Amino acid sequence: MDKNAHKNDEPRSQEFLTFMLGGEEYAIDILKVQEIRGYDAVTPIAHAPEFIKGVINLRGAIVPIIDLRIKFGLGTAEYTPFTVVVVLNVGSRVVGIVVDAVSDVIAVQEAQMQPPPELSKAVDLRYITALAMLAERMLIVVDIEGLMLSADMALVDEAVA
Amino acid sequence: MSYDMSQFYQVFFAEAAEHLESMESLLLALDHDSPDVEQLNAVFRAAHSIKGSAGTFGFNDMAELTHVLEGLLDRVRKGELPLGDALIDACLEARDVLGGQLATHRDGAPSRPEAALAVSRRLAALAAGEAAQAVPLPATRAPVTVAAVADALFEFVLDAPGGSQQAVLEVLSAELADFGSVSIEQPASAADQPWQLKIAACRDADAAREVIGFVAHDVHLLAAASASSADADWGLFDDAPAPEAADDSYGFFEPQAPAAETDADGWGLFAENLPPPPANAADDSYGFFTDLPANPAPPAVEAPKRAAAANGETTIRVGVDKVDLIINQVGELVITHAMLQQIASALDPIEFERLHSGLAQLERNSRDLQASVMSVRMVPISTVFNRFPRVVRDLSAKLGKQVELKLSGEGTELDRGLVERIADPLTHLVRNSLDHGIETPDKRLACGKPATGRVNLKAYQHSGMVVIEVGDDGAGLDRERILAKARERGMTVSDNLADAEVWALIFEAGFSTADQVTDVSGRGVGMDVVRRNITALGGRIDIESMAGIGTRMTVRLPLTLAIVDGMSVAVGSENYIVPLGYVLESLQPEPGMIKRMGGVNSLLQVRGDYLPVVVLHELFGIGNAETDFSRGIMVLLEVDGRRAALFVDALLGQHQVVIKNLETNYRKVPGISAATIMGDGRVAFILDAMALVSKAAAGMPAAA
Repeated sequence: MDKNAHKNDEPRSQEFLTFMLGGEEYAIDILKVQEIRGYDAVTPIAHAPEFIKGVINLRGAIVPIIDLRIKFGLGTAEYTPFTVVVVLNVGSRVVGIVVDAVSDVIAVQEAQMQPPPELSKAVDLRYITALAMLAERMLIVVDIEGLMLSADMALVDEAVA
Repeated sequence: MSYDMSQFYQVFFAEAAEHLESMESLLLALDHDSPDVEQLNAVFRAAHSIKGSAGTFGFNDMAELTHVLEGLLDRVRKGELPLGDALIDACLEARDVLGGQLATHRDGAPSRPEAALAVSRRLAALAAGEAAQAVPLPATRAPVTVAAVADALFEFVLDAPGGSQQAVLEVLSAELADFGSVSIEQPASAADQPWQLKIAACRDADAAREVIGFVAHDVHLLAAASASSADADWGLFDDAPAPEAADDSYGFFEPQAPAAETDADGWGLFAENLPPPPANAADDSYGFFTDLPANPAPPAVEAPKRAAAANGETTIRVGVDKVDLIINQVGELVITHAMLQQIASALDPIEFERLHSGLAQLERNSRDLQASVMSVRMVPISTVFNRFPRVVRDLSAKLGKQVELKLSGEGTELDRGLVERIADPLTHLVRNSLDHGIETPDKRLACGKPATGRVNLKAYQHSGMVVIEVGDDGAGLDRERILAKARERGMTVSDNLADAEVWALIFEAGFSTADQVTDVSGRGVGMDVVRRNITALGGRIDIESMAGIGTRMTVRLPLTLAIVDGMSVAVGSENYIVPLGYVLESLQPEPGMIKRMGGVNSLLQVRGDYLPVVVLHELFGIGNAETDFSRGIMVLLEVDGRRAALFVDALLGQHQVVIKNLETNYRKVPGISAATIMGDGRVAFILDAMALVSKAAAGMPAAA
């Protein structure tokens, strides 16, 4: 799905939401982002992996919350009034991710994208679509939909996935 | 006909429109060369569903046409006919005509029976293996339905405005000259009066009517006066008396009549023109609606329809998602109120008395609002059950069986969304019971049963599920026939299969043990659709059957969309909801009531019984919970006759909670059936009592 957005035939730009995770800056397709909210009232789920913090009530919808900091072992997983949840629409699902901080909404030109290097400690390379170089900054462009729906995230029943 | 069906018309209209829409998109998506069998099945099922409900509601024109369409699709599905452009075009055209018929019934739009006739001919021709005719009315085709030579009197309203009408009429009479000598009468006064046109010795009134249809609307054939002046049936139906009497096939299937096996169910719709069909099981000729008038002329039928539409305005059909949205928003309102209340509680009640009383009023109002919105979504199952007396009555008359329908638990409330979607599957089940289950009176008497068979429809809430049983005291399922049929279909089955596994075979697509295909059942769409629909609702269906005793189909629907009475319990810092339906009692155990067994399992002794204890905080790995049994609470649960004690810290209260599916955005969690949102806006999980009790029971030695 997303790959179509990265065809090389014409120069085009795409908008990304960028956020910080342990000093690295990640970028995800802005169209996958539903909203950004604070972190509160999370109900833990029995026997869920540690990075699944639980579920919240998002205007009547039960939405699971994943702490990417724990999942990727980046940053420190503490919860303050400033902790941010990015609510995503991936596939037909709504999930929230906890990140260190949301930094920017930014347009990236196709030309600024580079294929990812063969090394990445945290995020599975399959879900890194590109590196974007913007002046001083380097953004790691993540296929957030693929990542969230992967078996690794344990968000989806295996039968469904 | 005393039973008032009009309350269900709107549901039928909406359903049929949905089916038509999906039929169209499916047809358009079909790959001509290698059609997907699933897609073909889906088109077929859409047609079948329309046929079934149109028949039930007495919209015979739609039932007829879908019947032909279905027959054609069935042959394509079985690979007997190639799928070509012509075929898909014909199917699409049929779909459009059905849409028109639906509009006629719903809105009183002018009906166009000639189009239906044309398209059903085209379909029939295709089914017979002929190439589709571009012109849907082959003038050369021999015995067309109308008596060959008769005077035909038409009444119609010209489309053209007043000034140009004369010219149009001239063209029209030139066109019609082929059919016989034409005379046209001026309308009496106003221009919108219908014109009358007489064709003396009309060769083919039907075709003539179509010609007029090009320039006019509301075309009515007032009389095709030949021999019989009593012929008020539009001249569409062959009422040539003696020699044709045995032909109930509408005249179009004649070429293939004796050979094709499908002809057995051909078009006996208008059997009232014939002597009443003998009441034996071999008669599957659609005589189903014998007591309805044969396709009454539109003016007669449109008026009541319009009236029905006007009545319909007292209710509105609203999407469940809209209601859900309102429920969620009201939920937010209640939560916002709770938040304000919390802030206000810090303020001095005397100084801020008006604020406090205002908040109290807001609370009452928002609770009332919440209750009203909830009740919008809950409806008693009687809205579905009420259609069955008619179904059973018509069907038993048609099948020559005596059947008594017993309804119970009609007051069982369930979610509106469920009610609408369970209606079709239930109808299939009831029809199956009548068609396959209940035997004919003489057979029943021979078996020593009363001549009148019984069908029970029963609904109740049990174990947090809505259970709907469709039972009959008929012959039961025939194990040998099912196995034979399975082998015939190339399935490998062993003779040693357990009964339950054999019964499950009837849910396979295309599986039918009926000897003859009827409009009632037997094409093998029924059961697989039933199971599919029920599974789609998150439910399941079980069959119990005993030869000679009867069959019982049990549909269990989860409360996914419903509201449940729950007891909230605290475990550590967490709250859980136990569905109240499973709770027998709660008690604070005395130390002596707890017995250890095998070092791991605990047993609770209650009045001589030993119940396994489920320690919730251990099961869910919750810290800081009460570990001393004598300081917490035991909640005794019973599921399907098995009991267990659930150990929690404390009871918090009883609530009606809205069930939220956890799997929408997450996945199934063992021990938890769903989630809900509490008054404070937090999510709480609803415990899966069934799983907890079976888990507890599994850990116990059988003797306990």
